[in-house]
Amino acid sequence: MAEVVKVGMADLNTVYAPTILTTLGLGSCVGICLYDRKSKISGMAHIMLPDSKQIKNNSNPAKFADTGIEKLLNDMIKKGAQKSGIVSKIAGGAQMFNFGDTSDIMRIGTRNINATKETLKKLNISLIAEDTGGTYGRTIELYSETGKLLIKTIGFGIKQI
Amino acid sequence: MSFKVDDLNVMQIDVLKEIGNIGAGNAVTALSKMVSKKIDMKVPKVNIVEFKDVADLIGGAEVLVSGIYFQLFGDMTGSIMFIIDKTSSKLLTNLLMGKNDFNPELDEMERSALKEVGNILAGSYLSSLSSLTGLKINVSVPSLAIDMAGAIMSVPIALFGQVGDHVLLIETEFIEGSNLVKGNFFLIPDGGSFEILLNSLGVV
Repeated sequence: MAEVVKVGMADLNTVYAPTILTTLGLGSCVGICLYDRKSKISGMAHIMLPDSKQIKNNSNPAKFADTGIEKLLNDMIKKGAQKSGIVSKIAGGAQMFNFGDTSDIMRIGTRNINATKETLKKLNISLIAEDTGGTYGRTIELYSETGKLLIKTIGFGIKQI
Repeated sequence: MSFKVDDLNVMQIDVLKEIGNIGAGNAVTALSKMVSKKIDMKVPKVNIVEFKDVADLIGGAEVLVSGIYFQLFGDMTGSIMFIIDKTSSKLLTNLLMGKNDFNPELDEMERSALKEVGNILAGSYLSSLSSLTGLKINVSVPSLAIDMAGAIMSVPIALFGQVGDHVLLIETEFIEGSNLVKGNFFLIPDGGSFEILLNSLGVV
């Protein structure tokens, strides 16, 4: 059984195969998985907010989509991953609570997804699979041996992308 | 605004605890009347925790809970989150509706009852907070989600995350007489709001 490394909220981590990366209970946050197909070096970030530039207190890069993905990519390259071989899968960005209004604050999940996609595009990382949106929480596991991403929910089944 | 959660002194933390104490005391009394049962509450805790540790406060990120969420606006902004585990949710709705239903799923009626419990708790919590501080605080309608604790708590925390790396939670745990219904009540003031809170009580 491979070792499992947990990634907390506003946190990120990188591992070598065959270690499994997991993050529990993604709500409006987005779990971003990067995977180098050649070296099998994998990374996962659990971001909470879309944009570090809109906010004064941004000392933790793993909190934001823009800075989080960049740091994750750099950490992986430091570990020996080749940028050209890196692909991404994302999950999360749900809207957990439904209020009548659609203020920016309540649409945080959607904003997180959009910011994540924009950043991936800017960094030239292709997004090969996603399981985003909805109204339910997700627990995700990234298997660095195969690059498969397992998504578990309560009441909405288990899937693999 | 240069006020940081990490810089709170012992007295300020005590004041925040007292806020939790009085607010939750009123809320629990209201709940107790509603279900005609004795309900105990624990001494409130003021938790200043890193984001990644928040879910551990309620038993882990993957635990199935009901979360009833309110937004606060007016003189102070923030959130109220009332968390009860799945079994307790059912026991509570059974108590409220005089039923003896063991199907773990909640139907529309029961969800609505649960929201109403939240409404009454939040209302009494806030009215005592309001009269204590002289602040005018309005509350949104309740919104209910039944899902993983981590996913539910991420919502108020994301709001808090815009201003800090730690979140401040004023937590009160309550237990129904026979120790079956357990819940946590969180008051989560937004960034500048706990300064307003402390200010209104003259401890800044």
